[in-house]
Order: sequence, then structure tokens, then C-alpha cells
Amino acid sequence: MDSSILTLTTFFPAIGIILLLFVPKEKTDTIKGLALIISVVTMILSFAAYYMFDPLASGMQFEVNIPWISSFGINYHFGIDGISLLLIVLTTILTVLSILASWNSITTGIKGYFISMLLLEVGMIGVFCALDLFLFYIFWELMLIPMYFIIGVWGGPRKLYAAIKFVLFTMFGSLLMLVGIMYLLYEYQAMTGEFSFDILKLTSTLALGFEPQLWLFGAFALAFAIKVPLFPFHTWLPDAHVQAPTAGSVILAGVLLKMGTYGFIRICLPMFPEATIAYLPYICTLSVIAIIYGALVAMVQKDIKSLVAFSSVSHMGFIMLGLFALNMQGLEGAVIQMINHGISTGALFLLVGMIYERRHTRMIEDFGGLAKVMPLFTVVFMIVTLSSIGLPLTNGFVGEFLILLGMFKSNYIYASIAAVGVILSACYMLWMFQRVFFGEVDKEENKKLLDLDAREKLILLPLVILIFFIGIYPAPLFSRIEPAVKNVLQQVNKAKSVYLDEEYQIRYYKDNTGQNELTLHTDEEQKSK
Amino acid sequence: MIDFTSAQIDFSLIAPEISLLVAAFIILLGSSFKKPAQAAPIIALLGIAVSISFISNQWHHQVSGFYGMVTCDNFGVTFKLLFSIIAMLGVLIAQKYLQVKNINKPEYYALLLISTMGMMVMANTTDLVVIFLGLEIMSVPLYVLAGFARRSLESNEAGIKYFIMGAFASAFLLMGIAFIFGASETTDLRRIVADFSFNLSQSRTLLLSGIGFILIGFAFKVGAAPFHSWVPDVYQGAPTPVTAFFSVGPKAAGFAALLRIFSYGFDEVELLTNLFWGLAVLTMIVGNVLALKQTNIKRILAYSSIAHAGYIFVALTVGGSNAISSAIFYLIAYTLFNVGGFAIVTIMETRSNAKPELKELNGMAKAHPYLAAVLALFVFALSGFPPTVGFIGKFYIFSEAVKHGFIWLTVIGVLNSFASVYYYFKIIKAAYFENTDAEFKRFDLNLSMIVLFIICAVGTLGIGLFPQEIINISKSAIFAFL
Repeated sequence: MDSSILTLTTFFPAIGIILLLFVPKEKTDTIKGLALIISVVTMILSFAAYYMFDPLASGMQFEVNIPWISSFGINYHFGIDGISLLLIVLTTILTVLSILASWNSITTGIKGYFISMLLLEVGMIGVFCALDLFLFYIFWELMLIPMYFIIGVWGGPRKLYAAIKFVLFTMFGSLLMLVGIMYLLYEYQAMTGEFSFDILKLTSTLALGFEPQLWLFGAFALAFAIKVPLFPFHTWLPDAHVQAPTAGSVILAGVLLKMGTYGFIRICLPMFPEATIAYLPYICTLSVIAIIYGALVAMVQKDIKSLVAFSSVSHMGFIMLGLFALNMQGLEGAVIQMINHGISTGALFLLVGMIYERRHTRMIEDFGGLAKVMPLFTVVFMIVTLSSIGLPLTNGFVGEFLILLGMFKSNYIYASIAAVGVILSACYMLWMFQRVFFGEVDKEENKKLLDLDAREKLILLPLVILIFFIGIYPAPLFSRIEPAVKNVLQQVNKAKSVYLDEEYQIRYYKDNTGQNELTLHTDEEQKSK
Repeated sequence: MIDFTSAQIDFSLIAPEISLLVAAFIILLGSSFKKPAQAAPIIALLGIAVSISFISNQWHHQVSGFYGMVTCDNFGVTFKLLFSIIAMLGVLIAQKYLQVKNINKPEYYALLLISTMGMMVMANTTDLVVIFLGLEIMSVPLYVLAGFARRSLESNEAGIKYFIMGAFASAFLLMGIAFIFGASETTDLRRIVADFSFNLSQSRTLLLSGIGFILIGFAFKVGAAPFHSWVPDVYQGAPTPVTAFFSVGPKAAGFAALLRIFSYGFDEVELLTNLFWGLAVLTMIVGNVLALKQTNIKRILAYSSIAHAGYIFVALTVGGSNAISSAIFYLIAYTLFNVGGFAIVTIMETRSNAKPELKELNGMAKAHPYLAAVLALFVFALSGFPPTVGFIGKFYIFSEAVKHGFIWLTVIGVLNSFASVYYYFKIIKAAYFENTDAEFKRFDLNLSMIVLFIICAVGTLGIGLFPQEIINISKSAIFAFL
């Protein structure tokens, strides 16, 4: 059971797809019900993995390693640490909620839609489980296909443009990453004489030179940065988010964006540590730009959904900044914030979807005074807004605080600028909230809006609980993240000492001799003495 | 080691070819009876089945015979098997189309079999003259097949065009062989290689220009840029089942000959590596860039077949045993999904006066959800998405390229593959996203078409998920002659 839990969790939705193929497309209720049951069982399986997970052990758990394509040394290698565990649980929860959220809003091609959702789930869980680069790449690309269909078939008016843009952007990065993967394979073979795509083996044994590391980091980082998305690769995101159906946006913001940051943690940082340090200033600068730029653009949006989309750019900038603080606080904060962003932005998209189903508009100016008509909706929206801003007692605070703390430790300039982003995020979120919910109900159509119904309450309740739970008692999450983050940091720090070798040696020399001025003796001088 | 002067006259060496020829003659003779067209495909399939059973007996039998004219090694056997499968698909894809277009003549099947036989002759030898002989046996029936729709102007144009271009290419090839004979006084590849390393000083120029001409000849045949200009017109004009056959059969045969010729040690000449490099890059870019603006699916697939030839040229550039097996693997993979793609075009055209334009696909997802899914699968395979076999094939070729230090070539190849996503996805866009409620003229599927789709789809996905067996085959294909 222990080792099969990951395989089971990943491929259980695939069983659902096969079952769904045999249901006639007219029986829409059966299809929806079946998809819901499958996703709920998958969620329960991921909870089982959570409980079986040993928070104290470091290293990978539930490992499976079976040869798959032996001529390339490709193995079916699954295994998770605390970071992937939390992301898997987030994925399964958000998938269930997305399926519930699509209950009434999807009216055409229902069968294809739910098959796409389940296929997407397979791809997402697979990416977080895979410990073999080839497998990782396959799941990474696999997930692109259902998302392309979800945006292209069930999307908004400009869906054609958004769908192909999403695919082309992601493909561009991932194909260069593929070249990087092949190069790693070749390097490993040149070193050890055997083929392997094993992420753990590559991380521990591969001693890459500085120059190849720079190139490889570039290839991988581009793929991940497009996915995050880091400024200036973010332009696909507003289009994809705004055009996608609600569930698509939730999954996109909640999970897909996390794959970029997950890739940084799992591959870029531990595998190319020296290049990480070399690229650090550039990535931090881009992250800071993303934070400020995302927030400023979000402020002037007229459409609530694109406001939330741009706020994602800003928030993902925070996560990147936390990662590249390269210390315990920063990394832990970044991982926690990955979960938090999934929850709060997922909830925001769900809420926007609910209001859109009622009014068929998302323009801020079309609303006003909703607090009077939809009190419960307003309360939930307020909670989620505050979580997104990062108010204490909500989950957002924990993550943002740690990220900023970590960043202040390593570089206070980036941290100070990023802190401005926190203020800006309060500005655009609260301003939007004020325009939508407060004031007089001046539009005739808004007067008869219904408050949340039972299904919607069911969707939002778990998210609200999670917001407060993580905000008040984040310890269980931290205890699971910590060993994993330590492992990553260990790898990076090893390189730090190598990279800063000369500097350290000089300092060491100074300390030991007590000399203030540095005198270097060449070998010849020593000999002559 | 094969004794390549063996005088042994062993007909089991050429049994697969003979069985195809016999089947073709039975079909031709039988056409004097009533309703001959119904029996023809069955006889053709039987002939192919017999041929396959003979081929499978030849696996791992490294024999040479007929005074060194026929060499039966794993390389040839693998390709013969591939050609048989292609011929089988060619029979399955055509049945309905020929009926609807009112050209249901048994000659189609006979010509198909004879052409396939020519390909087998090509793959089954190490002698340049026999390769040329095979090439002509393959090409002449294809000229007729391209113009098989006699009443259609386009088809006639395709036939003439293909004939002129093909004759031109053959002339180049023959000239190259003559040059090489002049330089080395033999047409057996293995001896030429031996001579090539000894007689560098005397006739190097002659030999190199001979090789150059041969390369040009085959570049015409496989549709590599800058010798590609016939491809789109011929592909578009020829009856679609014939186009499907064109896009995989002669291409695989041409590459079989190219791989055979240039893996005999020529690839160590730096000049040739550079030449292949240029051909590969140019072919990939021309194919992909020209495909971007097409709206006719047949033309899209025509240009895409040029691009795919470019990817295989990457393997030729890299050289070495693993790269050759990657090319073999790619050809097998490409056959499956490309014929699948053309099969969709074929059933589009079997509706009353339908043209294979992209917008004709609008509404397909609703009318034929399963077929649309199969189409999407082929499109993903063509654009190299995992977990289809198209991805594994590209991965195999490009990883070999990276291993041998051709990083920039790989980057160019990968970026080309990126560009190809744009036009391939236009097909999905048309089938799924645009005007989903459009009135859709339903397809009429018959049994042979369904069998074909099952073979292609299961192959595309199944080999994509579990490629190990096929990789093993393509690895042992180069076991003997290297």
C-alpha cells in the first residue's frame, strides 16, 4: 500500500476517464456524478497519502522505481516529499471544487469537459510525483492538452486566441527544457557510463561545470518562468485566465502556475546551484518588477477576473522572491504561499464565476451595493480578499511575512520594494471590493440577485476553513515542508561555498593570522624562504 | 560477417518480393473476370500477409546471395516489414474512396503491390545498381497511381509532375552511380567504402561528386528542401489514398537507401556532415514555415511531410549506429500517425464533393466525437506531444543529436517543432473550437477504414507509452551491416 499510493492517486482519475467513455453523452447527470465521485475518491486517496506521510523523515517517501524504457534509462520513478505532498492535496481539493463549480455553468460537451478535467488531474498529480525527468516532462506536456481544450472549447469570446497563445508560450519554454533534459542525460552518461533521468541521482552525482550550468539553468528556468509566469513572460496569463471557464481559471491559477515554482525548487535550485546564485540578481529583479507591475496593472482593470489574473502575476512574483532568498524562511514562506495562493486565488475565481453566472458580466462598473443583496456572498468575498492581501490570522499573512523576512535577511533592497507590493495589493483589492459591494444598489438588475445556494456554500466552505486554519495554525504544514526545504538548501549551500570559495578562503586566512592586510605568498617565495 | 560474394541462388531471400508480385499478377489476371474490384483488396491483403510471414522468417538470418546482389540483413528485414505494413494501410485506406470517386479499378492494388515490391528490392541490397532498379520498380507504378483519377485534371497534373520530377531525380542518381563506378570500379557499397579509404588521392573528387549526385537524387525522392517543390502539388493532386502512400512509402524507401549508403562510413567525411546539416535545417524550416499559412489539410500534411523528412535528416547528420536506429524508429512512428492523418482527409473527401479545407471540419467534434478524438491524437503525434509515439521518435533523434554535440541543430529542430504546433493545432481548432454548431455532413465509415483507424491510433498511443520493443527492433536492425 505504501508504495502504491502515489500510483493509485495519480491514475485513479484515468480509470474515471475510461468509465466516462462508456457513458452515453445524453446522460449528463450520470457523467457529472461519476466525475465528482472519481475526483472525491482521488481526494481521499491524497488525504490517505497525507496521513501516511512521515513528517520527520527527510528524503523521498512512497518511492516506486520500475524500469520503463530501459534503452534510455527511463524509469517509472515516483516519490514525494513534503512540498509535493501539499501540492498534491491542493490539486485534488481544487479539482473537486472545480468539478462542483462547473455543475451548471457547463452546458455543452459535458462529457468531453469532465474527461478533460480528469485528464488534467492526472497530469498535475503526475508532475508533482515524478522523480524521473522524462516522466516529469511527459506529465508536464500531458497537462497542456486538456487545458488547451478547456480554454478552446468552453472558453469566452476570445477563446481561440487565448488557447493557442497559452499552448505556444508553454511549448516554447518546455521544448527548450527538453533540450536541457537531453543534455543532462548526455552529461550523466559521459560521467557514469549509464543512462539515467533520475532527478535524485542527477542531483547528487552530477558535477556540472559552471558554463553548462548557466545554459541548463537558462533552459529550465525559461520553461518554469513562462509557467509561473515571471515578468516579461506573463502576457499569456491574462488572456488564458479571462477566457477560460471558471473551473479552468481555478485550476490554472491554483495549480498550473505552481508547477513553475515547483520546477524551480525541484530541479533548478538543487541541480544547478552555482547557476542559481549567478542568476539570482536577475530573477529577483524580475520578481520585484512582477510584484509592482502586476499590482499596478491590476489596479486599473475594469474586469474583476482580469484584476484577479494580474494579482496572480504580482503574488507569483512574491513566491519567486521567496525562493530566491535562498534561506529557510524565504523557501518555507514560498512553499506555504504556493498553497495559499492556490486557495485564495482559486476562491476568488470561484466567487467571480458565481457572480458571472448570475449577472453574465464581470465589469466592476456593473455592480455596486451587492452587500445589501447578497450578504453571505459578501462576507465570503471579504474573507478571501483579506486572505489575498495577507491580513494576519489569514493564510496569506503567514506566507508573505516569511517571504519578506527571508528576503530582508538576504537582500533588504528587494525586500523593501516588494513590501510596497503588499500595500498596493491592499489598494487594488479593497478598492475593487468597495466599488462592487458598497454604496447604493443603483442597477435594476442587481436588486434581485440571489445569495449563495447550497452547492456554492459547499464549494466555498472548505476554502474558508483552510484560509483560517493555515492562518492560525500552520505548524502541521511547516513540519512537513521543513525536511524537504532543508534538503534543497543543503544542495544550494554546498554550491554557495564553492562559488564564494575564494572569498571564504581569504576571510579564513585573515581570521587565522590576525593580519589586517592581506598578503599572498606565491609558491616561489615560500621556496626561497 | 556476411560473405558478400556469395553466388548462392536462394529464392527464400526474395520470397517476400515474389509473393507480392504473384498477388499483383493474380489481381491483374483476375480483372478480366466479372466484378473484379471486390476481390482485389482481399487478394492484395493475402499477398501482403504471405509476404510478412516470409519476412519474419528472415529476421536474424544474415545471408547474402545472387552474387552479392541481394543482402538479407536485419536492416532490410525491418524496412521490408515496414513496407508491408504501409502497403496494408494503403489497401485499407483506398477501398471506399475508390468506389466513391468511381475509379474502383483492380489495377490500383496491383500497382500498389508492385511499387511495394520495388521498395523491398531497394532495402534488400548493398549494390547501387540494384538500389536503382528497386527505385525504378517503385517509382513507375507510383507515376501511374498519382494520375489514377483519370477524369480529374489535378490528378493528371500530379501524375505528369511527379513523373518529370522523378525522372529527373533518377537521372541524377544514375549519374552519381556512374561516377562512383568510374572512381571505384564497383557498385557494391562495401567495396566502395574499402576503396574510399585507400584511393583517396586518385579519384576522391569523382567519388565525392558521385556521392553528391546520389544525395541529390534521393533528396528529390524523399522531398527534402531545396528539392521539395513538387511535393505539395503532387500530394494535393493525387487521389488521397495514393498521397497517404506517397507520404510514407517512397519516403521510407528513400531513407532506407540513404541510411544504407551513408552509414557505410561516408558519414565520417566532414563535408557530408555539413551538407546533411544544411539539408536538415533547410528542410525543417521550409516545411514548417510554408505550412503555416495553408488552409487545405492535404497541403498542410504535404508541407509537414517535408518537415518530417528534415527531422530524419537530423539523424543522418548525426550519423553512427544509434542515430540510424533512431531514424528507423522515427520512420515507423511517422508511418502510423501520418497515414492516420491522411485517412481522415480521405473520409472527408468521400462525402459528396467535399474539399479537404480546414473549415470543412467545423462541427466534427459534435458529430463524430470518437473520430475527432482520434484526429486529435494524430495531430498531437504529428506535433510531437507526449505520450504519443511522435514525441518518443523526436526525442530519440534529438537526444542522439545532443549526445554527439549537435546542440544548435537540436535547438533549431526543437524550435521548428514548436512552430509546427501552430499549424497542426489549426486542425484541432477547426474540428473542436470554431462554429461548433455548424451543420456537419456525416462521414460514412466502412469496416476497412475503422480497422485502419484502430491500427494507427493504437500504434500511435501504444508505442508512445511502451516504446521499448520497437526501440529494440530498430536497434537490432543495424546489427548486421555496421
